Amino acid sequence: MASYSTNEFKGGLKIMLDGEPCSILENEMVKPGKGQAFNRVRIRKLLSGKVVEKTFKSGDSVEGADVVEVELAYLYNDGEFWHFMNNETFEQIAADEAAVGDNVKWLVEQNVCTLMLWDGKPISVTPPNFVELEITETDPGLKGDTAGTGGKPATLSTGAVVRVPLFVQIGEVIKVDTRSGEYVSRVQK
Amino acid sequence: MHSLNWKPVATRQAIEARAALNASIRAFFTGRNVLEVETPILAQAGVPDLHLVNATTELTGAGLAKPQTYYLQTSPEFAMKRLLAAGIGDCFQLARVVRNDELSRRHNFEFTLLEWYRLNFTDHDLMHELDALMQYCLQAPPAEYVSYQTAFQQALECDPLSDSAERIARQLTAKGIDCDVVSDNKQALLHLAMSLVVEPSLNPEVPTFVTFFPKEQAALARLNENDPRVAHRFELFYKGLELANGFWELTCASEQRARFEQDNRNRKAQGLPEIPIDERLLAALEQGLPPCAGVAVGVDRLLMIQLKALSIEETLCFPSLRA
Repeated sequence: MASYSTNEFKGGLKIMLDGEPCSILENEMVKPGKGQAFNRVRIRKLLSGKVVEKTFKSGDSVEGADVVEVELAYLYNDGEFWHFMNNETFEQIAADEAAVGDNVKWLVEQNVCTLMLWDGKPISVTPPNFVELEITETDPGLKGDTAGTGGKPATLSTGAVVRVPLFVQIGEVIKVDTRSGEYVSRVQK
Repeated sequence: MHSLNWKPVATRQAIEARAALNASIRAFFTGRNVLEVETPILAQAGVPDLHLVNATTELTGAGLAKPQTYYLQTSPEFAMKRLLAAGIGDCFQLARVVRNDELSRRHNFEFTLLEWYRLNFTDHDLMHELDALMQYCLQAPPAEYVSYQTAFQQALECDPLSDSAERIARQLTAKGIDCDVVSDNKQALLHLAMSLVVEPSLNPEVPTFVTFFPKEQAALARLNENDPRVAHRFELFYKGLELANGFWELTCASEQRARFEQDNRNRKAQGLPEIPIDERLLAALEQGLPPCAGVAVGVDRLLMIQLKALSIEETLCFPSLRA
């Protein structure tokens, strides 16, 4: 893998730090008029998700990380792994629990997700921004209540729980924003 | 699309503000009988300072048998000191200077330094004059003064003169600042602490002079006769920006040569090219530099303050990446 000097640092660059692939969020050079120059870098560790601030001496080099993002369709879960497929090459890849994480609740078969691969292995799975899921459980609300105040919890077919307006009923399909986990609308079937 | 970006970054208002600032600087010095001078941007000697990088170019012409390396000056200091040794007296310059490898929100490869020298001034006298300039040109409130040592004691609870690298690194780490890459290098730790802890702790609403820098950072300043651990070097901070660096000037040629040689030894140890020493400057110092104090002020940063600019680019018609 190539190495990068601090002069090449910019948002989105993937580097190795303490054996962990990281993504650079922000980079700023600080330098007194007569003094050593440093780069102050905000970094997201891609395995733990932690954001840290690191100091580099300007001009130093670090090893790049072989991290790529690919768009793959979700197929199924075999109890241990979640399987995805490239819709063009039909090549399949399996992601483990650590890579899928909390996003398991937004995985819908055939949906195209973004997988981050490090040295070819999935380290994160990002679902589409919006998914459509059926409500499997919620309290029956009062008919005619359309004010949308308050709302109630509803369990979806994947196990996700979101707050929905009172008028939404079991068996209906709703659209959810996976980034915020919030209800967007009912979906007319 | 990048190549089509031909328009200036600075607004009409910013360009007018620069013209007005230049005029008020000239009026300030004319009123004090300080002579405006011009010295070369290109010179045959550079600066051996470990933390400055000269840009260079090869020039050829009648009288030069082979192409000669010329150094784009990082400050007009050496040339102005030659003028002082030749008897020019009090003088100032609005100089365009170039520093390689310096590009950030606060740095542009080329920028404008206001540099001036006053005979028989101490660093303290010169700070008073810079304070007056700040009030005259920027309508700044009167300046405050704090020693480098006190500033560190207040912001980082450590003594920059007597504490070990280990203790300074520990204090920085306690402040959440990663300093692993320089944890055994005291001077580098002090630079890092200055930029990230001490400087941000100063009151941004009042110009603040930090005085008596450690002797390791003396550069071209004379050492304090009462406390040789510190030098007669100061910096000025205001609105979160480092604005100026000044010295009660070292006038001893042999001491200056020793510091240049030490700089080059430090460069060699870090695998950096050695820079030929400016023998013309040393010859001038041997002839005799009159006792004086000198200071360099970043004019673009003064403009950043006037314009409330977040980036130096807003003060420049064509910043380096668009030049």
